[in-house]
Amino acid sequence: MSTAHTPAGLARTAHGGVGESAPRPDGTLKVTGEFAYASDLWHEDMLWGFTLRSPHAHARIISADVSGALATPGVYAVLTHDDLPAATRYGLEIQDTPVLADGVVRYHGEPVALVAADHPETARRAAARIRITYEELPVVGDEESATAPGAPLLHPARDDHHAAHVPHPNIVHRQPVVRGDVAAARARADVVVSGDYEVGMQDQAFLGPESGLAVPAGDGGVDLFIATQWLHADLRQIAPVLGLPEDKVRMTLSGVGGAFGGREDLSMQAHACLLALRTGRPVKMVYNRFESFFGHVHRHPARLHYEHGASSDGRLLFVKARIVLDGGAYASSSPAVVGNAASLAVGPYVVGDVDVEALALYTNNPPCGAMRGFGAVQACFAYEAQMDRLAERLGLDPVEFRQRNAMEQGAVMPTGQVVDAPAPVAELLRRVKARPLPPERPWDTAGGAPDVRALPGGLSNTTHGEGVVRGVGYAVGIKNVGFSEGFDDYSTARVRLEAVAGQPVATVHTAMAEVGQGGVTVHAQIARTELGVTRVVLQPADTRVGSAGSTSASRQTYVTGGAVRHACQEVRERVLALGRARFGAHHPAWERAVLVLEGGKVATEAGEVLAALADVLEDEVIDVEREWRHRPTEPFDLRTGQGNGHVQYSFAAHRAVVDVDTGLGLVKVVELACAQDVGKAVNPLAVTGQIQGGTVQGLGLAVMEEIVVAADGRVRNPSFTDYLIPTILDTPAIPVDILELADEHAPYGLRGAGEAPTLSATPAVVAAIRAATGIALARVPVRPEHLTGT
Amino acid sequence: MRVNFTVNGRPQQADDVWEGESLLYVLRERLGLPGSKNACEQGECGSCTVRLDGLPVCACLVAAGQAEGREVVTVEGLAEHARRRAAGAGTPPEPAGTSLDEARRWTAAPDGTRAAALSPVQQAFVDAGAVQCGFCTPGLLVAADELIERNPEPSDADIREALSGNLCRCTGYETILDAVRLAAARAGEAGPR
Ligand code: FES
Ligand code: FES
Repeated sequence: MSTAHTPAGLARTAHGGVGESAPRPDGTLKVTGEFAYASDLWHEDMLWGFTLRSPHAHARIISADVSGALATPGVYAVLTHDDLPAATRYGLEIQDTPVLADGVVRYHGEPVALVAADHPETARRAAARIRITYEELPVVGDEESATAPGAPLLHPARDDHHAAHVPHPNIVHRQPVVRGDVAAARARADVVVSGDYEVGMQDQAFLGPESGLAVPAGDGGVDLFIATQWLHADLRQIAPVLGLPEDKVRMTLSGVGGAFGGREDLSMQAHACLLALRTGRPVKMVYNRFESFFGHVHRHPARLHYEHGASSDGRLLFVKARIVLDGGAYASSSPAVVGNAASLAVGPYVVGDVDVEALALYTNNPPCGAMRGFGAVQACFAYEAQMDRLAERLGLDPVEFRQRNAMEQGAVMPTGQVVDAPAPVAELLRRVKARPLPPERPWDTAGGAPDVRALPGGLSNTTHGEGVVRGVGYAVGIKNVGFSEGFDDYSTARVRLEAVAGQPVATVHTAMAEVGQGGVTVHAQIARTELGVTRVVLQPADTRVGSAGSTSASRQTYVTGGAVRHACQEVRERVLALGRARFGAHHPAWERAVLVLEGGKVATEAGEVLAALADVLEDEVIDVEREWRHRPTEPFDLRTGQGNGHVQYSFAAHRAVVDVDTGLGLVKVVELACAQDVGKAVNPLAVTGQIQGGTVQGLGLAVMEEIVVAADGRVRNPSFTDYLIPTILDTPAIPVDILELADEHAPYGLRGAGEAPTLSATPAVVAAIRAATGIALARVPVRPEHLTGT
Repeated sequence: MRVNFTVNGRPQQADDVWEGESLLYVLRERLGLPGSKNACEQGECGSCTVRLDGLPVCACLVAAGQAEGREVVTVEGLAEHARRRAAGAGTPPEPAGTSLDEARRWTAAPDGTRAAALSPVQQAFVDAGAVQCGFCTPGLLVAADELIERNPEPSDADIREALSGNLCRCTGYETILDAVRLAAARAGEAGPR
């Protein structure tokens, strides 16, 4: 039974329910500048924390002298590894990350020491007075140097649960996926194409810098106000570092300025608390942009080798792939990224014979972990390039070729898992292809000089259209939703219903991190729909309620939304029980009819109003806390990759139209149309915004975004001057076509939506550039020199 | 040093300002006006955009001392600024914005129930879904408001040009374009100013 519809005859008064474009509850605060982001927090007597970071990618620390820093007026504390009170390492999956460098630094920018001072500039200057003597060590930078005989071992004493299964200790995790007989399929294939591809290191580049305020408490504990993606995972990692029980570390989410995976690992959480506990004063830390590039993990750069075979009638016969991800100095979420890359390596296509290997390396490059798309992005860039090459060899239209091989509901994944929900891959491609193309030569004005703003190069006035060629490209991708491989992926929600001044009010409390995705809007919508109320109050996310899991893997609307709905349903049962006890004797419908909550009333499905909710509740407060889980998944077999590892898949397709100035190598993306199946658009406006935002991150990876790491492991461009993210001038129109084919296993039929568009946008743009120029591009981001041959 | 200037129509004074402090730091940390955001402090992202004597500038690139004797409008004063503009030039400047004392007592209001009077461009950002994480929003609002003041009927190319100094990582900009179009259209309906 669902209350998501309005019973006949009962006016719907609760606006802003599931399926409507309800406005954000925090929208007004955000446009008036009053929303409290973590970097805005302020406390009487607070100090400022600053992190001293390693200038080397790999070095031994010979000595550390902090006396100069400590003697600086205004400095209250300086901490190094030697000052740590308890656990010295932490990590999401593997506890291999030092809180402060433990005698060796393993990447450029690793935290070495902390300073607390009364002014941020004082803290910075004091940190500059810390004298560290380093002995530089050889740098491990790629697969060859990491696995060569005698290569320095990044973690020689590792004893994590992957250690026994990897071929080399500098490999974090390795996952094969094998199905069928690739050798036999290759013998049958009419066409075989193989290619090597490379994906650069992308950064989340969220706008709100890492920030937090730690306030020491009278009970010896600490209160931490922080921008993060998963409060309870932070808590689990920092309490042992502080040597405190978890109940003495109280965490509250403060305003988060974007995340995209970059806040899943700890940054300053433990650091700020350590400084606060040491000084007895509140300590605020705010990374500047330079530090932010060192302070969070990035998207894994990858090298991929693919071999595809097809029959002359355009059927895929086999895929052989090897995906090498650079995990950098510490594990972060590399094992899960490997699992994704391996299990999604073939893409949304039906292929009988598959031989895939994915692995992540330990190197002295910056640590890599979660970023939107999580291992599926790298694979999608390569398999979609291969699909275009196969289509060309077969003389088929690239969309037609993809459609012939597109998976649909009931298909079997290379992992053996059956896709048991709609998988409209061919339809998504059809939709983007059917859309009318944007006009050619958009810079032409009626008889006048060209509008240079529409040209590649834009206002820099580098061309008036000579040498500009157009190309169109397509791509489609598959992403898993939620945490996979047997992870206990649950969320907790607390819902209270009471009458306030004669009106029913629902209060929703979860620990979900709102990072901009709009989860708070969705929670209010769910409560309105399930409880038939207008007013919903959202409690700030904190650790006083059970874990909501991470705001990542496109999982929050599914899992925490599911928990809110589950708690609401229990509240509804209790209200109805209360109503039966109060009024059941007077009206048989209380016992006999199917009842709904709608418009602040209890009514029968037929629309007969039985009572006002407020009258049922009177002074009663119904308060329910519930955990909710999606269907369980299972780990992939370590040798074959077989297993029902994922709970849900999401699909998006893109068509890119680009204009390229072949002389200067400049690309202007003219349009980037997307079609995506979201199962159910819980909030159409918000989901459209997610798709457009994800699309632009994919565009960024295609043509501009890369953290450049030199051979010595040093990061060359840690600033917004040198790490380029798309501006409004680099961004085209992004028409979005939303399908809603319900997944019967998910709440409201919804499908996690945030990540899939990031996958296919990148290969679509690159395919369009290839189509425009005829150049076989195999690396992203595409740079001007790749297009001009200079 | 001491800096005297006007912020959102209200005379302000900041004491003990270091030579190197930016206008952004003084607004955020000394005057308790954290609405202008600190995303790069390098002039690249526009999150800190304020108006200095009417012109949009990156507050992170303005040395605090340069603001001496000048007028600053931040996102906190945008609604009042728009109101006065709508009322026509010549209105004597009323004290507006947040006083230092009020600002210091400022806390997060997580339930969002506060009924604020929004300027047209602020309302349009809410209505168009142009706010996700919202970190870019204050700077974009100041820039967009200035654009519409200068050019009441901007083309899409005009909007893109005017906002090209403001990065947004969440929205993909489509909804921001929608919001500015919406704000301009509504201003147009309201008749010439
Ligand atoms: S913070 Fe001033 S431009 Fe980025
Ligand atoms: S809404 Fe997050 S940066 Fe623009």
